[in-house]
Amino acid sequence: MLKPDPVAIEAWRARRAALLAANAADQEMLLRQSSTELRRTVIRMVERAGMGHLGGDLSVIDILATLFGAVLRLDPNDAHWPERDRFILSKGHSAAALYATLAACGYFAPAQLETFMAPLSALNGHPNRTKVPGVETNTGPLGHGLPVAVGCALAARMQGSARRTFVVLGDGELQEGSNWEAAMAAGHYELANLTAIVDRNRLQQGASTEETNRLDPLSDKWRSFGWEVREVDGHDHVDLLHAFRHLPRRGKPLTVIAHTVKGKGVSFMENRVEWHHKVPTAPQVIAALEELQETGS
Amino acid sequence: MSETYDCRQAFAEELLALARRDARIVAVCNDSVGSSNLGGFREEFPDRLINVGIAEQDMVGVGAGLANGGFIPFVCAAAPFLTGRALEQIKADVAYSQAPVILCGMSPGMAYGELGPTHHSIEDLSWLRAIANLPVVVPADPIQTRAAVRWAAGHTGPAYLRIGRFKVPVTTPAHAPFEPGRAIRLTDGDDAAVIAAGTMVSRALSAAEHLRKEGVHARVIDMPFIDPLDEGAVLEAARTTRGIVTAEEGTVSGGLGAAVASTVVQHCPVRMRILGVPHVFAPTGSPGFLLEHFGLTAEGIVRAVRELLAA
Repeated sequence: MLKPDPVAIEAWRARRAALLAANAADQEMLLRQSSTELRRTVIRMVERAGMGHLGGDLSVIDILATLFGAVLRLDPNDAHWPERDRFILSKGHSAAALYATLAACGYFAPAQLETFMAPLSALNGHPNRTKVPGVETNTGPLGHGLPVAVGCALAARMQGSARRTFVVLGDGELQEGSNWEAAMAAGHYELANLTAIVDRNRLQQGASTEETNRLDPLSDKWRSFGWEVREVDGHDHVDLLHAFRHLPRRGKPLTVIAHTVKGKGVSFMENRVEWHHKVPTAPQVIAALEELQETGS
Repeated sequence: MSETYDCRQAFAEELLALARRDARIVAVCNDSVGSSNLGGFREEFPDRLINVGIAEQDMVGVGAGLANGGFIPFVCAAAPFLTGRALEQIKADVAYSQAPVILCGMSPGMAYGELGPTHHSIEDLSWLRAIANLPVVVPADPIQTRAAVRWAAGHTGPAYLRIGRFKVPVTTPAHAPFEPGRAIRLTDGDDAAVIAAGTMVSRALSAAEHLRKEGVHARVIDMPFIDPLDEGAVLEAARTTRGIVTAEEGTVSGGLGAAVASTVVQHCPVRMRILGVPHVFAPTGSPGFLLEHFGLTAEGIVRAVRELLAA
């Protein structure tokens, strides 16, 4: 198990305090800065490892930066604090984005990110609960996160705890039937303490979701299973912040459909199916990092 | 050995007794309150019984989520569907995540004989034995069933308990230990060893009694933990007898017999006979008929021991 990093924790605390004290415009700026830094980090991680899933990392990063930067109740010093909010990255192939986010919170030293997918590293290509603090359950095979999240939300309610559970699902992942078993149960149990976030980038490994096994009308599907649904721009931090802070009424779990762009932030990767798991060349890395520098803050 | 018991009853009583003492104990099931004998649990602890409906993948994931919150979930469902339908959830959410979820496969083996091979749970031991960090427990009688429930609730990781529907007599001696990797020697004998699990244990004892009348002394070893296996007991049997017969209510492809064989062959090769379902889908028939059909009876074990000694 990796160890917390006091320096990184201090930095994360300071950022969080500044963020919570800021006005909306400044909050947006601070969260965008964090996201840009995370984007640059994952590009370097994937380049170094020679493997990874950059397209989905880049589409989910604004969601992760917002959750870990301003929403989740957590203590990076004590990853197993019982009253922490639970966060599950069901689309486990975006592990690099999660690791970069956890390191930025100080769950472990950011230098560890250099070992991503290296032999014997704790940072597997998919998140592991017993090696990486901040990971709640192992993911990677698709369709696993939502059922576990339902169990986490049930546990909180049975214990009379106000803690919340958030789970990020890939949109292609929704083709797995286990999600709908869990969606049905969450609706039935009226789990208002559960928020499912769909990273709706409309691309899966081989083609678009709608060409492969269409998901639309996606909001209707969730609503018909007893969920409240909000649709947001998944790269607009203020929109995301409002959606995540919103607690649904009438005992309904909440789905946030976050419309995103696969490969977001790097023009030659955006919306291109091959960047699901393509590794950038050295010149492409330089171009990507420069582009992020220019548009970043 | 005259009176026989349904281990599901012992399971339900012990689980309920534990739940009264420990608020962390919860039950999760798939519309199987009746077949898992959870009616009493529901009556006494309605808020601690989660019935997710006919949705086994969700059921195992929900169990992992409840464990994440500090609960000790007993996830109960018919063995073929719990293990087959949710195999990847068992691997990723439970065993690999080291979530303390107790998977309870009800009515395994030939219990649903007439319902056909879709409902026969003969592969569960092979599937789950292949997964790391997941003890696989096959209690032989109500005493071991109770011990298994208590042990599972008290240890810190996951486990698979195979809870039989077949009525069995009490075979466990008083004060017998119940620990991972520990077999129980039920009879002494150096001519042959019979290593059995679950429903086959009482049949192995009957076989030993028959054989004794013929002057053949068989050592009967009850192996409640298929994983971790008691390799010491297996190797001692290999070294001090003329051969080993294994007997299990499941396929010969990867279960108890395969585990014993792989231990023996690496350290002390001896003659073996592996009794079970011989890598076929079983026909339809009553549970008793099917056990007869595959020679999973006292007579079948006697025959196997004789063949072994004559070879």
